[in-house]
Amino acid sequence: MSETHAQTVPFVRDTMLPPADPPVREAGTVRWLRQNLFSGPLNTVLTVLGVLIVWFLVSHFWDWFAHSVWNAGSLAECRRIIAETWGEGARGACWAVIRERWNQYVFGFYPVELYWRPTMTFGLLFVALAPVLFSESAAIRRVVLGIATVLTLWLMVTLNAPALWLVFAAAVLIGALLISERRPAWLLVFSVLYPLMGVWFLWGGSAWGPAMVLVGPALGWLAWRLVGRVSGLLATVAALVVPLVWWTLFAGDAARDAESLVSLSIPAVASDRFGGFLLSITIGVSGIAMSLPLGIVLALARRSDMVLVKTLAVMFIEFIRGVPLIALLFVASLLLNYFLPPGTTFDIILRVIIMVTLFSAAYMAEVIRGGLAALPRGQYEAADALGLDYWKAQRLIVLPQALKISIPGIVSTFIGMFKDTTLVTFVGLYDPLKSMSDAVRASTSWKGIYWEPYIFVGFIFFLICFGMSRYSMYLERRLARDHR
Amino acid sequence: MKTSVFLGSVAAATLMAGAGAADTLADVKARGELNCGVNTGLVGFAAPDANGNWTGFDVDICKAVAAAVLGDPSKVKYVPTTGQTRFTALSSGEVDVLARNSTWTFSRDTDLKLDFIGVNYYDGQGFMVRKDLGVTSAKELDGATICIQTGTTTELNLADYFKANNMAYQPVNIDSNAEGEQQYMAGACDAYTTDASGLAATRAAFADPENHIILPEIISKEPLGPAVRHGDNLWGDIVRWTLYALIAAEEYGVTSKNIEELTKSSQNPEVQRLLGVTDDLGAMIGLDKDWAKRAILASGNYGEIFAANIGEQTPIGLARGLNAQWTQGGLMYAMPFR
Repeated sequence: MSETHAQTVPFVRDTMLPPADPPVREAGTVRWLRQNLFSGPLNTVLTVLGVLIVWFLVSHFWDWFAHSVWNAGSLAECRRIIAETWGEGARGACWAVIRERWNQYVFGFYPVELYWRPTMTFGLLFVALAPVLFSESAAIRRVVLGIATVLTLWLMVTLNAPALWLVFAAAVLIGALLISERRPAWLLVFSVLYPLMGVWFLWGGSAWGPAMVLVGPALGWLAWRLVGRVSGLLATVAALVVPLVWWTLFAGDAARDAESLVSLSIPAVASDRFGGFLLSITIGVSGIAMSLPLGIVLALARRSDMVLVKTLAVMFIEFIRGVPLIALLFVASLLLNYFLPPGTTFDIILRVIIMVTLFSAAYMAEVIRGGLAALPRGQYEAADALGLDYWKAQRLIVLPQALKISIPGIVSTFIGMFKDTTLVTFVGLYDPLKSMSDAVRASTSWKGIYWEPYIFVGFIFFLICFGMSRYSMYLERRLARDHR
Repeated sequence: MKTSVFLGSVAAATLMAGAGAADTLADVKARGELNCGVNTGLVGFAAPDANGNWTGFDVDICKAVAAAVLGDPSKVKYVPTTGQTRFTALSSGEVDVLARNSTWTFSRDTDLKLDFIGVNYYDGQGFMVRKDLGVTSAKELDGATICIQTGTTTELNLADYFKANNMAYQPVNIDSNAEGEQQYMAGACDAYTTDASGLAATRAAFADPENHIILPEIISKEPLGPAVRHGDNLWGDIVRWTLYALIAAEEYGVTSKNIEELTKSSQNPEVQRLLGVTDDLGAMIGLDKDWAKRAILASGNYGEIFAANIGEQTPIGLARGLNAQWTQGGLMYAMPFR
């Protein structure tokens, strides 16, 4: 080779130079800083501003956080401890208020000896949710259920739960762990029963009440099978009417009779004992669980070809979206009392849950309608071409895609609704943020405390909302079908 | 307060039809529990403690009524009410008595169809300022920024007062007492105004109470009292005379400590009538002989209730002032038990 070119090329390099190190500004931390923080004049200014703001916040609040007091009986004592430890004029956070009143922030005025009941209900919530939320991943289910089992049982033991209930909770939680390995679909039975069980655990009273509610759908199914031999349309009507008749006319008496025969009661807890995060989570979870199906139905109704259905759906959605949630809550707490016959006690928490559900269902309907509209027309036509009827087309082709598109919007609505539960303060319920903090401040020991309760409650809200948001991102990744 | 007036009017209008048949006493007895509307939390007047037990000056009125009617001061269901829901809760029948530091005004008594049965605390609106501001009278507050809770009668009083004295002020609107304290401490306003009892409680909770003064001027009358629904006069009488029994007991020196002894030994005919030794006053309001005795035993006479919740020995440290007995130069004056 060298001979061929000996006359034409004076020099041929036959060894490569060793690669030089990249310039300092193009490597390591410096490069990262240049790329991410100082990539241009605007970003440089923004970075400097950001650092200044962080420095401002830290320098102003650091001493306050650093001088935290956890053990004190009153604000005055906190101030004395701070003055003694860090000198006169020092300021500090008095977290002792959280230490002393944490139980009210979590459970409201729920009887102390029954704290294990909401705790168990919350633990079992994860059993009910796991097969729905993590239907495809056995590994995640195992982790979630494992953590729920350990924490729930440990907390129940700490809170002195009776042995019988400990055994029950352990059986359900460990049973769920085992079933989830082999037959996760079976856990859905528990998910369906959970709302009634949860209501019973939280409010107590006779177990026959929820049991008799459960008889309703069973009777409906029976009616559907029996009448179905005569006519399909009549069967649907019967399946709807029979449970309603049962619930309104017979269920109450049946529950009373059964209770007098075989007593299955646990101590009842009235709604006015609920408060704090127990109240927020009860309203939030019920609202979330009911508003999604209701929202789907409303969204489908609004896109329906049937004029009456469509008009009603539009009227409902636009009315609810046009009215502030506080107005609805006032209606629930004040006006309903006048419309109902005197003497009927219609639980205030139930009224609030209904209003919150209707409110978020209207928003949910619009979010899902957005998803339905984003679906290409071809999908609908393909479903028609396959000869699917309306419900099959929706269930198998349209909704799975539409819901997937709407996940961020749906979760946003959930998060918004969960935070809106603090508005129940205006109807005299003890939400954790305002009412509970005001009640704590109304005691002579803690009057004058301001930021600590807000920071504590805000932090817990952040944990829950951040959790929901991370879950939605996981769900989006899992459902992504485009690039794989 | 506009919302509550509106809702209250709606409530009152809807209630007209059913008002004739009201028999609150029978309802309460059948229920075995008194539903008492209280504040969601106001230092000294009504507050739940760490275990959810209610205490306070207004709460003790509820206890006295429950003791008189049901024989047990613990048979009270406390219904926390907000400034917006309080009057509707009463007119809709959700509560039997509203003991929630509500000011007795013309429109509430007439237009909202409530009956204020008396006054258990004479309050008035005052101002608190920082000492180094050098102000000694509310008349010197011309041009000051003032923290004021929106939607309350205090807001209207403030406007009236400054207008009457031809002064100007800059309002800083706040939503709750806690926020007001925070704004005032942060220097967002020169003066903080609310009821004098609230100012005293607020000042007591400061880290440096000695640097703040409450100005001598009281610019409004705030007679706070329990209220019941219009149209059930028997029930109104029961609550009214329970309150009078507490006030009269203090006047005659009947306390929860010496009540048993006085029942046996007192020669004062008025005390004998009050405690049911002679005459049967209870029967005239549908109760038994010992009703007043039980009411006084619940948490003591008016003076004891005052001292235990908001008096000078408590952190709030309110002097009796206008709330002293009429014999001590105050306004507490129970009608004769005869």
